[in-house]
Amino acid sequence: MNRFLLPVAVFVPLVVILAIGIYRAPEKEIIASPLIGKPAPDFSLPDLADPVHRVNAGDLRGRWYLFNVWGTWCGGCRAEHETLLEIQRARVLPLVGLDWKDDDAQARAWLTQLGNPYAVVAVDHAGRTAIDYGVYGAPESFLINPQGIVVYKVVGELTHDVWTREILPRVPRQPFPGS
Amino acid sequence: MLPELGEFALILALLLAALQAFFGIAGPAFRRERWIAAVTPAVAGQFVMVATAFGCLTAAFIGNDFSVRYVASNSNSALPLFYRVTAVWGAHEGSLLLWILLLAAWTVAVSVGAARLPRRFGARVLGVLGVLSFGFLLFTLATSNPFLRLDPPAGDGADLNPILQDPALAVHPPILYTGYVGFAVAFAFACAAMLEGRLDQEWARWTRPWTTTAWGFLTCGIALGSFWAYYELGWGGFWFWDPVENASFMPWLVGTALIHSLAVTDKRGLFKSWTLLLAILAFSLSMLGTFLVRSGVLVSVHSFAADPARGIFILAFLVLMIGGALSLYAWRAPLLKSNAGFEFGARESFLLFNNLLLVIAAATVFAGTLAPLISDALKLGTLSVGAPYFNPTFMLTMLPLMALLPLGIHASWKRGRLSDSARVLLLTLAVAVIFALVLCFGVFAHGAVLTPVGAALGAWIILASLVDPLDRWRRGLSLSRAVLGMTVAHIGIGLAVIALTSVESFTFERDVALASGASTSAAGYEFRFDGVAPIEGANYDGVGATVTVTRGGAPVAVLKPQKRQYWVQHQLTTATAIHMSRGNNLLVALGDDLGAGRWSIRIQIRPLVTLIWLAALIMAIGGAVAASDRRYRTARAAASAPLPGTAGEQAT
Repeated sequence: MNRFLLPVAVFVPLVVILAIGIYRAPEKEIIASPLIGKPAPDFSLPDLADPVHRVNAGDLRGRWYLFNVWGTWCGGCRAEHETLLEIQRARVLPLVGLDWKDDDAQARAWLTQLGNPYAVVAVDHAGRTAIDYGVYGAPESFLINPQGIVVYKVVGELTHDVWTREILPRVPRQPFPGS
Repeated sequence: MLPELGEFALILALLLAALQAFFGIAGPAFRRERWIAAVTPAVAGQFVMVATAFGCLTAAFIGNDFSVRYVASNSNSALPLFYRVTAVWGAHEGSLLLWILLLAAWTVAVSVGAARLPRRFGARVLGVLGVLSFGFLLFTLATSNPFLRLDPPAGDGADLNPILQDPALAVHPPILYTGYVGFAVAFAFACAAMLEGRLDQEWARWTRPWTTTAWGFLTCGIALGSFWAYYELGWGGFWFWDPVENASFMPWLVGTALIHSLAVTDKRGLFKSWTLLLAILAFSLSMLGTFLVRSGVLVSVHSFAADPARGIFILAFLVLMIGGALSLYAWRAPLLKSNAGFEFGARESFLLFNNLLLVIAAATVFAGTLAPLISDALKLGTLSVGAPYFNPTFMLTMLPLMALLPLGIHASWKRGRLSDSARVLLLTLAVAVIFALVLCFGVFAHGAVLTPVGAALGAWIILASLVDPLDRWRRGLSLSRAVLGMTVAHIGIGLAVIALTSVESFTFERDVALASGASTSAAGYEFRFDGVAPIEGANYDGVGATVTVTRGGAPVAVLKPQKRQYWVQHQLTTATAIHMSRGNNLLVALGDDLGAGRWSIRIQIRPLVTLIWLAALIMAIGGAVAASDRRYRTARAAASAPLPGTAGEQAT
């Protein structure tokens, strides 16, 4: 055999593997957030409603909650706001917001104007907590269980479909704390 | 209007790239002089059109035109001007346009240089580059058009990804891409040489300055990315063997092999088919890197938003370009005959080892990077390959490579008589060993088994590189830029070896028992223990300490190490606090409660971290100096003589 054919011979199976990789990429994207099955990163950040208070990740444990990364500058966040209000009305689990690299006054005005779906909002000015959570771009949402483990992650806009099909079935019925 | 103008300019650029590809390849094949004459105008036109498109997109960003979807997704009216400009390449579509602009710029530079090349050969090089431009332009227009409008327009933009709002990261992509795209020139030269059947060593000389320049940019780009991850993100390491890091590192390793094998092909007419293959591989790996980042096939911290349609397009393009080049290679390379031999121990044999070791290193990185993908494709389950695999395998190839480097520099071409330089080599080795021993047992007084080996190798490389240039300088002889550049780059390699050894081994570590308010000093730093407080995390509880670090009374940092008890796995972990200071890395970890308010605290100081990036910069400078050697310019002038003969070339 011509030894100069060897590079082509190596290249062909490589292409096959890459093609299989592409074929399976969409299903992978959902599962493969490195955080899934791992403890949600810790943080202690100012409370948007009252910056003297701090929101600690530790205070959130013991029940299911949806951790939603947003900002007033983010178009997708505006689009998913209706869904967030719907989730609040469903009273299945509380929403915890992470206001990412945002202006506090603008963020408060946004919640007053559009309605506040969050039980509490932590303010991440430096964006360090968002980096810890591996946030690529707002909005992103993390479903976190009572043990503080990330169960599911939504990249991009949280739609009604994603809520009913992907998130609701994962959450067992739990007594919802008074809002 | 501007976005439409930009899109129109891109379509024109696509047509011009098609003309450039057709005239450049068909012209020489059918011996049509007028077709060949049309190539250079097509190149210039394509560049003008791409630059126009890029300018239109930049204007849309500067003018906050949120009716353009890409602008609305990646900018914001509150974003400072600097980041509005760098946001142009902040996401997939724009970074692709930047890639195309850089390719067009390289092509113009080649076309200016090609005026001195034989006409047909120059046209073929530009033709192959035209095929590449065409592919990327088609990719942009078909799947990643940055000029798409939003209807109705967004009120404001979604802002640039905050991670990218950093000066280092703003310039990281253009530098890295200039390196990647530069390897396209070597690829085009290799393909043109194969198309023409002009497989003598001349193509290698023409290619050398381009390849060395590209390599320098790639070196800078990789170092900048590593610096940013370390300094800005505080991930506590300078290299993570992340798929995207590996994607840039593989072309670097093969590119390093290529610049060395080009030297052998240029000077001695050897390794011809091997050099062709490396030129194809270096760019193929750059394209593969793009594929891995853009297609969402591998999950990484760096991933762009994944889109399978883009993945399929890039894969098809990859198959055409790489498959085509490799087929061309399989057809043409057998025609090559080496007309010279060399003895074992000659410089050629050391460069052969250099090439083999670098390619093996690239292959092990390649295997580790793609192993998760292969295991997934064969349904063998999810596999994760990390530092425990990469570090030892990489060391296994790098240690011999570093040990052979000083020998290779002092070996002569053709003849395998190292004995001529034996005295110099032994002398420098002795000095290097003394340096390593002083460093290991005098200055730092600790280290692992490999520590003196690494330190001695690094020092030996630097000393051995310096001997000849210093000798020439002392005797008042001139030093060519090629040799000067090589020397500088090798000094950079030696410094990198010392820095890496130092970071891995010379970590100063001390366990102290401190009561609240007490302090201890280490390596000029004063560490004051301010006591502990209980902490409560999302899924753990524990204690956190506060340690204030000062140097000569001036505050350096406040470090907050923690001890955590995770209550799911009942696992006790320590979270180390890290700070960078004067090139040193300070780490503080909390140990055991010794009772009566006393705690054991572990202090680590990792020295010379900054030297890693400095060494990379020195390597890149060496590359730039070597690429500017007069010899390449005069050599090209000589080649423009009417007879494209195979004039024997004298080694300098």
